[in-house]
Amino acid sequence: MSDLKQELKEKIIEQLNLEDVSVAEIGDTDQLFGEGLGLDSIDALELIVMLDKDYGIKLADPKEGRKIFESVDTMATYIEANRA
Amino acid sequence: MKRIYINSVGSVSAQKTYENSNFLEEVEYYNANVIKVIDPNYKDYIPPAAARRMAKGIKMSTVSSRTALEEAGLENVDAIMVGTGLGCIGDSAKFVGDIIDNNEQFLTPTRFIQSSHNTVSGQIALAIGCKGYNFTYVNASVSFESCLIDAILQLRNDEAKNILVGGVDEIADHHVKSHQLIQHIKQEAVAAKDLLSSNTKGCVSAEGSNFFVLSDKEQASTYAELVAVKTFNTLTKERLETVAEHFLSDQGLSASEIDMVILGNNGDVDFDGYYNILSEGLFSNTSQLYYKHLSGEFDTAASFGFWLGSKILKSQSIPEAVKLNSIAPDSMKTVLLYNQYRGENHTLILLRRC
Repeated sequence: MSDLKQELKEKIIEQLNLEDVSVAEIGDTDQLFGEGLGLDSIDALELIVMLDKDYGIKLADPKEGRKIFESVDTMATYIEANRA
Repeated sequence: MKRIYINSVGSVSAQKTYENSNFLEEVEYYNANVIKVIDPNYKDYIPPAAARRMAKGIKMSTVSSRTALEEAGLENVDAIMVGTGLGCIGDSAKFVGDIIDNNEQFLTPTRFIQSSHNTVSGQIALAIGCKGYNFTYVNASVSFESCLIDAILQLRNDEAKNILVGGVDEIADHHVKSHQLIQHIKQEAVAAKDLLSSNTKGCVSAEGSNFFVLSDKEQASTYAELVAVKTFNTLTKERLETVAEHFLSDQGLSASEIDMVILGNNGDVDFDGYYNILSEGLFSNTSQLYYKHLSGEFDTAASFGFWLGSKILKSQSIPEAVKLNSIAPDSMKTVLLYNQYRGENHTLILLRRC
């Protein structure tokens, strides 16, 4: 699980071009949207594509994204439970 | 007829032009066949959250357009016109590459957003809150000049008072590779000072972004008057001198009244002959300048020539690095710019000191 979290942090930085953010600066429970990393709706779309492409998970209901993308922790838990 | 003034300039180029107070005091002489811009510190101009999703062309243009707006003392304009040959070609190529690599699946939004040519003019409008006319000309190597023509028409017809006009193109790997294959870009590195004697096919490819505020009123920051612009998609060498003479006579001028001619020579052995027609003929006794050994070639490189002419007329000085011959002008009042790319898309621009 900790490997997956590390992997997710690296992917988030790379896919979303967070040039000034390092893996160490993203806490497992930090909010990704809003006050945390400050991601926005376009980033949410990028993350949905990443889930599909890299982990074979299609989000049937976009509203699910609110909870899944809350933090690296919630993302990792969801991926572990649903990956193909 | 109503006069049009170039009230400010902003430039990001292969030279250190982003500092507007500089005028080629320090010159970078490259030895290359592809040259990139000297980047300003983009973080000084763009918040990191916004910059992370910006293509190179947008970053360059954010800096150069902001520089031009600040120098003109404007927070907003009536219209924004951007010329670009290839738009944000880097992200366009990546987007198309993703389509192929992922079998038309998993397309991400950011690259799609950047893929349209009008992203630059849109981003500038969003940044300054401009809800006015917003247009992007994608007319190959007359893209920038097409903006100038539109701006002249709108200013002379009282449809606008201040217009932000710019030309931008960025370097992208795929574009460079494919254009090297067809010898539109030189196969070999060329020293800047040897560009015109390289005697090989193709150009030194580059990128850049040059913006200007054109206005119907002169002000303290004014660089020059934009008198006339004309474009010709096709033109033979035999007709070039006649066309140039007609262009000047339409403005009540003859070739002998031009103080300086700024030529767009790019060192392509197949096409620099057009410039030689003028430099060895009509303007053989005129001060001749060139700039593509400093800026490189791109679809909107003429905007760097426009920047150069504007700077010369305002500063009343000619940098040593751009002199093509040793003739010193008697005065620096009237500048003619001539450009073409691969024998097509010829443009004549006339500038006058205010």
